[in-house]
Amino acid sequence: MELKTSISPTIETQQLEVNLGPQHPSTHGVFRMIATLDGERIVKLKPVMGYLHRNHEQIGERATYIASFPFTDRLDYFCAMSNNFGLALAIEKLGGIQASERGEYLRVIMAELTRLVNHTAVIGFLLNDMGAFGTPLLYAFREREKILDLFEAASGSRMMCNYVRPGGVREDVPEGWLERAREIVNAFPRFLDEFEALLTENEIVQQRCQHVGVLSKELAMNASITGPMLRASGVNYDIRKVDGYSIYPRFTFKIPLGTVGDVYDRYYVRILEMRESVNILQQALKEIPDSSASPAISPKGLALVKAPRTFRPPRGEAYGRIEAPKGELGFYLVSDGSSQPYRYHVRAPSFINLTVLEDMCLGYKVADVIIILGSIDIVMGEVDR
Amino acid sequence: MLPSPDEFKITLEQLLPGVSLTLDAGWLVVAPNDLVAVCRCLKENERFSLDYLANLTAVDYPSEQRMDLVYHLYSMAKKHGPVMLKVRLPRAHPVVASVTPIWRGAEFQEREVYDLFGVTFEGHPDLRRILMWEGFEGHPMRKDYVVEDQDVPT
Repeated sequence: MELKTSISPTIETQQLEVNLGPQHPSTHGVFRMIATLDGERIVKLKPVMGYLHRNHEQIGERATYIASFPFTDRLDYFCAMSNNFGLALAIEKLGGIQASERGEYLRVIMAELTRLVNHTAVIGFLLNDMGAFGTPLLYAFREREKILDLFEAASGSRMMCNYVRPGGVREDVPEGWLERAREIVNAFPRFLDEFEALLTENEIVQQRCQHVGVLSKELAMNASITGPMLRASGVNYDIRKVDGYSIYPRFTFKIPLGTVGDVYDRYYVRILEMRESVNILQQALKEIPDSSASPAISPKGLALVKAPRTFRPPRGEAYGRIEAPKGELGFYLVSDGSSQPYRYHVRAPSFINLTVLEDMCLGYKVADVIIILGSIDIVMGEVDR
Repeated sequence: MLPSPDEFKITLEQLLPGVSLTLDAGWLVVAPNDLVAVCRCLKENERFSLDYLANLTAVDYPSEQRMDLVYHLYSMAKKHGPVMLKVRLPRAHPVVASVTPIWRGAEFQEREVYDLFGVTFEGHPDLRRILMWEGFEGHPMRKDYVVEDQDVPT
């Protein structure tokens, strides 16, 4: 690449090309950015990805529908439960499977707990990127740990849950789980208050984040940005409301929106979203039917899980999408009538949200690039697939 | 509310003279040459205002010597969708116009399809491999791609 030389009245300067990553803690995994700098300022930035590519889609095409579930855990490894949920919805659409009542509630509870896990972690990492090493991250991880314990009690694994299935969930939660979940959820707003007291009006956080990495409403919509990042730019689009999938229409919750679309808005929208998730969780934990009234998985779903090779959906196609913590997570399945999908495609939110990375970084300084990337909230397992 | 696919076909054909669409199980099948005109109309006409390209991918059918491009469109402004477009390309020479000038969101998705399926998008601002490395040969998501078995000694 040719680097421009510009001559200011007093000093001769030259543009500099710098590789940020792939081996760098601030890139959240093996992600590389080729930045062209004019002094401290970014004039060009090209993301390079694929270091973690394992062709997840082809693995999915060589396995039965059910066998893909453990692999989806490894897409966005912070949000295994919502990844399972997305695939389960697509398979339900394809095979015409109805979920059981209790199964729906458990899935929504798990998906919203995942949102809490993801947003606490991403805010912790964002502060880490800003130079507040350790402390905010550990405050966040302390709360996250409690929810991961819940996941472990339900599914046997803290992060690779492999729990949601078409028709409901793999197994009912153990006795006393719902009470534990209620306690943790009810205590969560107190943690958020404490977290916010430290961060929201913190002068350093405001100075670092406000009016940095601004993403306009128009560009956000045009570039297929989804999730908290889109809503921070002021676009009211939440798939839980728009599609009303699963049993979300039964709950009352608000969609927090930002106004400026900067890093600070992206931080604050996530905080507010967590408060709404707590709201949904409290309603769901109150209304969930007893296991004697409804099984955790519907009979059709159970048959599919017990004998995955006998599940041969009719020829056709289905696109199932959910509001994952990072944005729209979609699964596109094509069936040719056999027990394996003919085509299995994952529409990964953090991959597409990276489209505007360069637009957001231009004109800002190198240190800002790190927090802009942190505020997009990427997980390389999902970007590279 | 969105019109049904049949009404869609009729409205679009009225708006865009010379364009003919076919219907296939809820999908609007667009000829490769008409793609940009149809997409621009779907985005800009206020009746549709499909401002959000949610998903773009390809499906390979080697037995029928074709490759399908799949577009899922939604509207963020009007909160409706999906409108599903399909473009059928000859497998031997898959070339189609890029929709990145219409929806920026197509940029990385088209690069991914180019990388994994070998479809060329004309007019794409930066068509390079995205997941596989530079200099990699072949397109791993094509059905006839032979996977190296690393467990078998050569």
